Amino acid sequence: MKTEILKIAAAHLKPFLLVLSLIVLYRGHNEPGGGFIAGLMAGMAYVIYAGAFGVEQAKKLLLAKPLFFMGLGITVSIFSGMIGLMNGAENFLTGVWTSISFGDYSLKLGTPLLFDLGVYFTVAGMLVKVIFSVMEEDA
Amino acid sequence: MTILLSILMLFGLATLAPFINQWFPKVSGWLLSLVPAGLFAWFLGKIPAVVQGIPLAETYPWLTALGINFSFRLDGLSLLFALLVTGIGALILIYAGYYMRSYQKTNRFFGYLVFFMASMLGLVTASDWITLFMFWEFTSVSSFVLIGFKHEKSAAREAALQALLITGLGGLALLAGLIMMSLPYGNFSFDAVINAPELFLESKLFIPATILILIGAFTKSAIFPFHFWLPGAMQAPSPVSAFLHSATMVKAGIYLLARLHPVMESQDLWIYTLSVFGVVTMFVGAWFALAQQDLKKILAYTTVSALGTLVLLIGTSTAYAITAALVFLLVHAFYKATLFMMAGNIEKKTGTRDMRKLGQLSRFMPVATAISLLALLSMSGIPPMIGFIGKELMYEAKLNAPEAGNFILMLGFLANAFTVFVSIRFAYEVFWGKKVTFQKKPHEPDVSLLTGPAVLVLISLLLGIFPNQLADLLGPAFQSILPGAQLIKLKLWHGFNEILLLSFLTVLLGVVMFANRQKIIQVVAYMNLNFFNAKLSQKFFSGIDVFLNLTKKKTAFVQHGYHRFYLMTIFIAAGLLLLLTIQSTGFSVDFNWQNSPLNYLTALAAVMIVAGSVAVITAKSRLSALIAAGFVGIGITVIFVVYSGVDLAITMVMVETLTIVIGAMVVYHLPKYLDYSGVGSRIRDGVVAVFFGGVMSYLALQTSSPAEMDKISDYFAANSYTKAFGENIVNVILVDFRALDTLGEIVVLALAAIGIVALLKLNAHKKSSR
Repeated sequence: MKTEILKIAAAHLKPFLLVLSLIVLYRGHNEPGGGFIAGLMAGMAYVIYAGAFGVEQAKKLLLAKPLFFMGLGITVSIFSGMIGLMNGAENFLTGVWTSISFGDYSLKLGTPLLFDLGVYFTVAGMLVKVIFSVMEEDA
Repeated sequence: MTILLSILMLFGLATLAPFINQWFPKVSGWLLSLVPAGLFAWFLGKIPAVVQGIPLAETYPWLTALGINFSFRLDGLSLLFALLVTGIGALILIYAGYYMRSYQKTNRFFGYLVFFMASMLGLVTASDWITLFMFWEFTSVSSFVLIGFKHEKSAAREAALQALLITGLGGLALLAGLIMMSLPYGNFSFDAVINAPELFLESKLFIPATILILIGAFTKSAIFPFHFWLPGAMQAPSPVSAFLHSATMVKAGIYLLARLHPVMESQDLWIYTLSVFGVVTMFVGAWFALAQQDLKKILAYTTVSALGTLVLLIGTSTAYAITAALVFLLVHAFYKATLFMMAGNIEKKTGTRDMRKLGQLSRFMPVATAISLLALLSMSGIPPMIGFIGKELMYEAKLNAPEAGNFILMLGFLANAFTVFVSIRFAYEVFWGKKVTFQKKPHEPDVSLLTGPAVLVLISLLLGIFPNQLADLLGPAFQSILPGAQLIKLKLWHGFNEILLLSFLTVLLGVVMFANRQKIIQVVAYMNLNFFNAKLSQKFFSGIDVFLNLTKKKTAFVQHGYHRFYLMTIFIAAGLLLLLTIQSTGFSVDFNWQNSPLNYLTALAAVMIVAGSVAVITAKSRLSALIAAGFVGIGITVIFVVYSGVDLAITMVMVETLTIVIGAMVVYHLPKYLDYSGVGSRIRDGVVAVFFGGVMSYLALQTSSPAEMDKISDYFAANSYTKAFGENIVNVILVDFRALDTLGEIVVLALAAIGIVALLKLNAHKKSSR
């Protein structure tokens, strides 16, 4: 599968997919998108890369082990649920919103977004972990 | 400072302990012991308040709807145990800091040990049954990891599993019992039961609840017939044996019995069960200690005997008996923790704890010898150690026991004489006795290894001489167990009376037995082998084997390993259940095409789906079947797009792509289609497929038909933007309205990934080992 065309495509697609996945993650609350899709996209970026250059090469590009991202994701999601509790809400996972203004433009941030970020990390980590393992089995 | 804070401090220390040990390996024991030592001082400072009858009490709301609170109280009994846990805990940490140096992975060991300490402190200060139960289970789990600390050894793993299963079983029984007990009150606070016992005593569940609670207490405290896990638990490193399996954790059952005693003392069921099981355990433990050669095994069996004695004393329920129980509890914790630490020291310096291979150690380690001797004196109940006072009180209690006094007295006398015998044997064979050659010359254990034992024997000695210092501590504890009566005044010297005579005879019998030790050990070993060869521990494991075989058969029936049959089972079951549900709602299907007008896109999608399905069925190779299945998926995606389920469509495209990519990778390694499925199985599969497809279509038609039903989607649509500030309803449902479900799902995802990787790695491992 290691063709030059795939290599060039994969190398260029990876940053593009990663940035796109973050956009999809953020817009998810109001427009099509969300953590699950974005996580799949981010994971795919590395999977395609691994398809072109091999798993070993792709692993070097990961900032941390996939398992770490899975753990991080779940931790972030749980933490997002605690913020509401700390703010005096009665129930776990109560949403809390705030917004940061940059001049005219304001960025709305809320715990659901943080929760979605956790989903994003978990899904991406899961995808990379499983597919890399299968690929290594192949090799 | 609050009780909760003291417990949390220890839990915090448990998380930090591995790092402290990593960064300061030389002094980690001393550093770690600072926190429990500080807490010990704090608890000491609470004695005056408790004596005046102002117990510290705290309640934090937990599951208030169920009457469960996170509440703590420091009355006399709790304070006594809290002092034991923190005081002995601090000394054990100092000891372990040095002792564990020769072990691997000690960082986590200290984490576990301190975690246990925190759990135990929680257990003895809780004043809500569910809070108590939670900490109770924590101690079982920490005991499991500590017994199995040398997990490379299969004996350690087995012992750990055995202890966990038995105490875990007891824990479940206890939970059921506590719930039954608290039902009439509607809440789980100690006060409810203690202030109005009649509600429970007269309830129908009194007998089952009491039996279940007793099972919980007996398994934890290694009472016959559950005693056998404790000798097995000696696989744990010595600090663990000294702390968990003699001084604290095994006393949790005793604590529970003492706690419930004011509620139950009027009940024959309670009194007789405690007396019978106590007296049997007391004797059995002492008997099995006689012929042991392993120092730690000897100590383990005498611990079993001591625990039986404590249960018996609580069951005897007189002022003498309860005083004796409290004194003996302390006495035993002091001398047994000391002896376990010394057994560890001896093993460390000589490489063995088999008495047959030891001898004349007094020449090499005089200080250790002196400390051990004092502890053994206390164990045999010889003045001026506090052990003597404990034994005197015990005899007094047994003499004045309301019923079956003579029988209990006789067995108690024998058990005590046996203890004297093993104490003399311990002292003689290890420190004097025959000359043996050691591989390397033993020398005095290091200061850190001797500090804990030395402090404990000194306390035993001082308290023996000035026993009244204990009155302030034991008085309130006594009130918690037997309100209305008074603690018996503690004295070293009672004058010449029949009890002193009994004490003297006990020691005499022990000495006589020792003089004939060869014969006695032979006879006891012979009898154990031929008459008392119950081997409960092995029976336990064969029972577990039988159970596992049974479950294997059951599992093999359901989990046969044929993927196609799993799918078939799922489809048939899901189809039938759905059908049943739809039928029970009683709506008729409304075939109204106006609800979903046909357009060219949906028609295209339908053609794609049908064509793809046909192609899958008729495909001649796996790869083409896979691609055809992808076609079906894309067709469904088109339908999602048409009905503006964009999120679903995007996800679907991704999932379809991934399925094909992964599928292709797998297909590459599979053998070619060799034989096709026969006509029979095709018809069978076809029937299942058409049935399930039909049910799903029926369901789809059903849900789209305009029915008089409150639709939850209306709520989501109405509140998505106003309450959750999101315009994408699908996403809002996922991350806000039903976020808890999503959290569960991502956890499942992560677990599934770990499972898949484990299976793959296992497979690779098998391949390479072939």
